[in-house]
Amino acid sequence: MTMLEASGVDLTTSVAGATLPNPVMTASGCAASGRELHQFFDVADLGAVVTKSIMLDPRSGRPIPRMAETPSGMLNSIGLQGPGIDAFLATDLPWLLQHRARPVVSIAGSSLGEYAELARRVGNDPGVTAVEVNISCPNVENRGLVFACDPYQAAKVVSVVCRETPRGVPVLAKLSPDVTSIVDIASSVMEAGASGLTLINTLLGLAIDPGTMRPVLAGVTGGLSGPAIRPVALRAVWQVHEAMPDVSIVGVGGIRTGRDALEFMLAGACAVQVGTVIFNDPSAPIRIVHELADELAARGFAKAADAVGLAHLARSGRP
Amino acid sequence: MSVGSRTAQIESARLRAGPLQVAGTVLSIKRVGDYHHLTMVAAGIAERTQPGSFVALAVGGAHSAMLLRRAFSIYRVRSSGVYGGTVEIVFATLGKGTEALSRLRPNDPIDVLGPLGRPFALPKQAVPCVLVGGGYGSAPLFGLAERLRDRHCQVHMVLGAATASRLFGALEAKRAAQSVLVTTEDGSVGIRGRVTDALPDLIDRTAAQVVYSCGPMGMLAAVTEVALAHGAWSQTAVEESMACGVGVCMTCVLPVIGDDGVTRMVRSCVEGPVFRGERVRWDAVGTVPVDTLGAPRGGRHG
Repeated sequence: MTMLEASGVDLTTSVAGATLPNPVMTASGCAASGRELHQFFDVADLGAVVTKSIMLDPRSGRPIPRMAETPSGMLNSIGLQGPGIDAFLATDLPWLLQHRARPVVSIAGSSLGEYAELARRVGNDPGVTAVEVNISCPNVENRGLVFACDPYQAAKVVSVVCRETPRGVPVLAKLSPDVTSIVDIASSVMEAGASGLTLINTLLGLAIDPGTMRPVLAGVTGGLSGPAIRPVALRAVWQVHEAMPDVSIVGVGGIRTGRDALEFMLAGACAVQVGTVIFNDPSAPIRIVHELADELAARGFAKAADAVGLAHLARSGRP
Repeated sequence: MSVGSRTAQIESARLRAGPLQVAGTVLSIKRVGDYHHLTMVAAGIAERTQPGSFVALAVGGAHSAMLLRRAFSIYRVRSSGVYGGTVEIVFATLGKGTEALSRLRPNDPIDVLGPLGRPFALPKQAVPCVLVGGGYGSAPLFGLAERLRDRHCQVHMVLGAATASRLFGALEAKRAAQSVLVTTEDGSVGIRGRVTDALPDLIDRTAAQVVYSCGPMGMLAAVTEVALAHGAWSQTAVEESMACGVGVCMTCVLPVIGDDGVTRMVRSCVEGPVFRGERVRWDAVGTVPVDTLGAPRGGRHG
């Protein structure tokens, strides 16, 4: 409401059937479960809080070093450290609901059975705004190959999750850019029942320390994130929106300012997530809500929803 | 109660406690031996600072290509004065980020996040304490010494470094402590050797009950071993590389034994940087011990 008064722009957005007061979310793995960032802004003022990916059991994650700074970005190899679903449902999710945040719960499994159980338990907890499926995990039942990189495996995970998630709770599939055709993966997970897409996860990268002459990360390779990957993410949103204009897309990858967020909306995203930039500026998500409102107002938009996909229309000469 | 007033209450609770993100400015930057001593104007942080807490500084401006914050122990704070509240740190140039910080000049803007982390625990009784600093790790010990003296604790300091130019605060230590020992590995000043060479005798002589330390991991491990062997508690402030400083990135984890005896990978930014020395599994830093909660079976996560 304050947004409406401040800039005159209606920021309300609909993501795969879920109505959010504004399009800005945190990105999974960059905001823990919201509590730490609540020291800097009210988590209820965001469109949604996307939790760090939850797995079935507690998980220690990988050894350090887990992080390497790269130009305008970073590599991470955390290994999905987390408390497991029991502790998450007992502590983290109630905290988010108590603080009137809209939780989008990211789930990650190492087998179809794990995804199914996570979807059932998370989806049946009242108050969950949406489930986001992190499919960039190795499949222990398929030689450790990452689900996200194979259209068939990606679709299988999504179909299992959709089957177990109650109607009315949208399921967002978060896709990896490390594929030959992201449009092919997108269409197979949509056919499998996904309600919408989150584009994109990190890109696989490597850093070597010339001093030790060894990889910097204990896990050798890591996921590249931050402004360095923004053009890749924007391209993915553009391509998928062009192929499937009716699909809800949540754009994520290196968003640092309201202008960046606007770029993603123009490319076809109905919402955006702010990730790595939080490490630089813990207030970034709320700052970007305000900046996006100003950017939209400056261009004469009455509603944020009117900007979604507009870059495609302008190209073909339509309004 | 209306939603509005409840929101206001939450808002004010948030403003009273916890860290602040402050658009600060550089007041001064000076060379001290091999280090840089940076003083920043950053209102509100001083009042919340306790010895052992730290600040995380953004490097460069809003469009800097270096995204990760750099974390530094707080050396000194002043809550008021001509310039308003100030925060001081001491750092070495170890990479691109600290090199950029070393080029800051008075009046440059700097985004300061702090105070962060759990501070040193203070003894309830007026017991003798030994404070051990390695290199610029001595910086947070001066504020600690002041608090301990306020509690009528005897304070003894040991400062060590590889060589004289890498000592920090040896003169100030003479004012801050009843006794000061200096060690250098090359013998350029003080005792030739390491802090742990001087420590056993000092603990015994002063009947120290608590040994506080800040410096490199290897030193903290060695100091803890000596302290425990000589019947003193060990409080260590670790230096682990961090990306965010506020507990969301999960990159600064160490294997630490909890009250329940279970080892967990804990974030040194929010559960530290100060740990009880005997709780940190020093020999396993950089690994995930097999008995850690949620450790991968067979050595690797699937």
